[in-house]
Amino acid sequence: MPVPAALEPIASAASVVKRFPGGAAPALNGVSMTVEAGRITGLVGPDGAGKTTLIRILAGLLHADEGEVAILGHKPIEMLDQLGYMPQRFGLYEDLTVRQNLDLYAELRALPEEDKEETFSRLLRFTDLARFQDRLAGKLSGGMKQKLGLACTLVRTPRLMLLDEPGVGVDPISRRELWAMVQDLTDEGIGILWSTAYLDEAEKCDRVYLLNEGKLLFDGPPGELTDRAEGRVIQLTGFGEARRPFLSRTLDRPDIIDGTIQGRSLRLLLRDGSPVPEPASFEAGAGTRIAKGQPRFEDGFIEILGGGPKGTSALAENYRVIPPSDRPAIEAKGLTKRFGDFVAARDMDFAIPQGQIYGLLGPNGAGKSTTFKMLCGLLSPSGGQGAVAGNDLRHSAAEARASLGYMAQKFSLYGELSVGQNLDFFAGAYNLRRPDARRAKDAMCEIFDLGDKLNMNAGELPLGFKQRLALAAAVMHQPPVLFLDEPTSGVDPVTRRMFWTHINGLVEKGVTVLVTTHFMDEAEYCDDVSLIYRGEQIATGTPDALKEQAVTLTESDDPTMEDAFVALIEESDRRREADERDAA
Amino acid sequence: MTRLRAIIVKEIFQLLRDPKSRIVLVLPPLIQLFIFTFATTLDVRNVDLAVLDRSSGVHSAELLQRIDGSPNFRKILYVRSSAELRRAIERQQVIAALVIEDGFDEKLTRHEPAQLGLILDGRRSNASQIVAGYVSRITAEMDAETVPQTLGGAQITNWFNPALDFVWFTIPALIVAIVSVSGLAITAQTVSREREMGTFDQLLVSPLRLHEILIGKIVPSFLVGGLNGALYWLVGQFVFGIPFAGSVFLFFISLFTYLLALIGVGLFVSSLSMTQQQSFLGNFIITNPLILLSGYASPIANMPPWLQTLTYINPARYFLVIVQGLFLKGMPAADVFHQLWPLALIAVTTLSVSAWLFRSRME
Repeated sequence: MPVPAALEPIASAASVVKRFPGGAAPALNGVSMTVEAGRITGLVGPDGAGKTTLIRILAGLLHADEGEVAILGHKPIEMLDQLGYMPQRFGLYEDLTVRQNLDLYAELRALPEEDKEETFSRLLRFTDLARFQDRLAGKLSGGMKQKLGLACTLVRTPRLMLLDEPGVGVDPISRRELWAMVQDLTDEGIGILWSTAYLDEAEKCDRVYLLNEGKLLFDGPPGELTDRAEGRVIQLTGFGEARRPFLSRTLDRPDIIDGTIQGRSLRLLLRDGSPVPEPASFEAGAGTRIAKGQPRFEDGFIEILGGGPKGTSALAENYRVIPPSDRPAIEAKGLTKRFGDFVAARDMDFAIPQGQIYGLLGPNGAGKSTTFKMLCGLLSPSGGQGAVAGNDLRHSAAEARASLGYMAQKFSLYGELSVGQNLDFFAGAYNLRRPDARRAKDAMCEIFDLGDKLNMNAGELPLGFKQRLALAAAVMHQPPVLFLDEPTSGVDPVTRRMFWTHINGLVEKGVTVLVTTHFMDEAEYCDDVSLIYRGEQIATGTPDALKEQAVTLTESDDPTMEDAFVALIEESDRRREADERDAA
Repeated sequence: MTRLRAIIVKEIFQLLRDPKSRIVLVLPPLIQLFIFTFATTLDVRNVDLAVLDRSSGVHSAELLQRIDGSPNFRKILYVRSSAELRRAIERQQVIAALVIEDGFDEKLTRHEPAQLGLILDGRRSNASQIVAGYVSRITAEMDAETVPQTLGGAQITNWFNPALDFVWFTIPALIVAIVSVSGLAITAQTVSREREMGTFDQLLVSPLRLHEILIGKIVPSFLVGGLNGALYWLVGQFVFGIPFAGSVFLFFISLFTYLLALIGVGLFVSSLSMTQQQSFLGNFIITNPLILLSGYASPIANMPPWLQTLTYINPARYFLVIVQGLFLKGMPAADVFHQLWPLALIAVTTLSVSAWLFRSRME
């Protein structure tokens, strides 16, 4: 087979080091990479890995402390004409319309007046934004914003595009569309650098650079990393035990380095060199079956990081047993929220039995956060009823609040206070008296490994530790109900696993969990999920039931949770359009 | 109690944990107190005066010597023509010009009333009024000595400030102004910062009650404002040597009441704002009228009636009267209470309105 000629690198970085004042470790520690023409190069890693720093150095916005950076053989600052840069935020002027944003970028990029009409109509067609020309950029959905951002960087066709996490805040459907758009651009010979924290996006790149804590862990085609797990992924079905305790027991086995729940089955990663175990060795009944599973990029990443955590949660072992009750722990009855004419959430109906995980899924802006916030008392419902641990939201809000733990989407503890002061505050805010508070604080330090960080400012913690601290603050008072809003957004896969190990353990103690997530594989941990779209519940059921529905809709035999999500939303769109036609 | 203690401790740490912010809370206001004391001088000194002397006699020379000898005048610029005089005023080389007419000496020698012309720069109306006062005082003295009076002039005694030192007047007023500015600035950020950082939701889902959150927000501003107020009170007495004639107890009761009124205003601004930038602007909009309508820069009695009515809702107005009264004239308790009860009423109002606003903007 002929070796393809080496493509000319559009951009390259060699042994780049970047330190920020006050940061203990360098933000980038000897990173080398190239971006080739006509290819999508993935810059992959969790939040805080150094992706944005590297992109900003390539865009000429930051200087590297050490190492060389070149765009088409020149310094970045000399090649700005050849560069399209789409930052993570602030790329658009939210108070200008779609058209005005394009005008502005055309002006900034000195697009000749006579080319303007043609370029704009091409870009608007390409991004499917022609209908929204007069809408304010701030009023667009997450996906449309990213498309507009892309269009703005394309007013003059660049040779290199730096896209900083274009998939963040974008629902799976729009993400697929965005990806297809960018792929079209590579046909024109544009070199693309696509940074992402989603590992499934990494799998689709031509070449991947995997960053973690400023260090390059892997570079090469994503398949190379995925192949390392070849033959070591197994799918376990038919076991006669509840899946959560079974998972934690299984993860404690020495030959298993990672495992997740997938509906009624377990997906396990075997240690390198370990043979595929016998079904009987799992001691989970005669029905236990083992099938080979498809390795993923994430498996490779987890292996580089040294495997996932063991299955037993120290947090759960320390937790009180929540007395069982027949009453639903969380209940929504026709819960509705209107903002003026706009219905953000309509007739939300569900009852979550004690000791279960319930997931709210849906694109950004669909109404899942509104529903979530009504149930934890941050928004007062316009109609319907909600109750937490038997306390009605309207009449006994304070009692309802005392019985829940809350973890917000963004890190929202006090960054300028120390870890210890944060824990002290939340212990006090949740009524823990001094001896109890001290005991709870010591336990949290032990479980989450925060002991040596007590005097650090919470804002300066690495992201993974911020998430641990946030979880610690939410569970210190051992509430019977936990509200988690996108708890694992942006963190590395090992921290995500650790997180779910704790959640699974807590649920076994009788804790009830309401979680919102856009990680479709995390939806698999839920006992039941509700898919929320345009303010309504369009599908409800177990993850397996939702995938089952997708089988009939898409006629594919083994859809993933994400396929199910896309299929159900598209089906809902079709039905709505049909209704609108009938009405017209 | 556990909850309340937790939030107060948290708020105090938030304000004071960073050593830099500890310094920022105390030092800049203190420096302002010193600088503003000298910057807001109300005396007119170092006056330059032009003189067009068409008489050139003994009496005119004596007049000019008296002017030259006065500590208020710095330089006398001798001009030779009206045109030169006009230019000197136009270019603001001098603030006033004295014209001594041709027959000045002759008339005085004949014991006839002689006249002087004084031209003032109307662009600086206040200062030139004062200069006119200086000049007429000098001519009156000269008059009295050359033509002995039989009636005897007025004997002036300045009560409360015998040397008419302007610092005695400005320091108490500055204490009010600086306590207000720094107190408002601290409070106005408290709620909006939590909103901006995303910690507000975290507070609202906790079992903390509304009043506990509010008390938590009030205490640190109250402590810092009270500490700064006490510091200025000491500096005024022991650094600037201003006598404090009134009751210490009444001073602090008034300071605390005023701080509560002020914190109510600050919380109102903060609850209204979604971001720290908005609260900064809101604070800016409030601070200026609060100071200017307090009587700090110009007496309230000189304002148009409708504006005078408006000053009744300004807490700084009452506190200013109390502080100046306690410092210079030992204001009796009954008079202090006369100012204190409206202040207390305003404090109750601003705090309740901001609590109401805080509640209604929790979503």
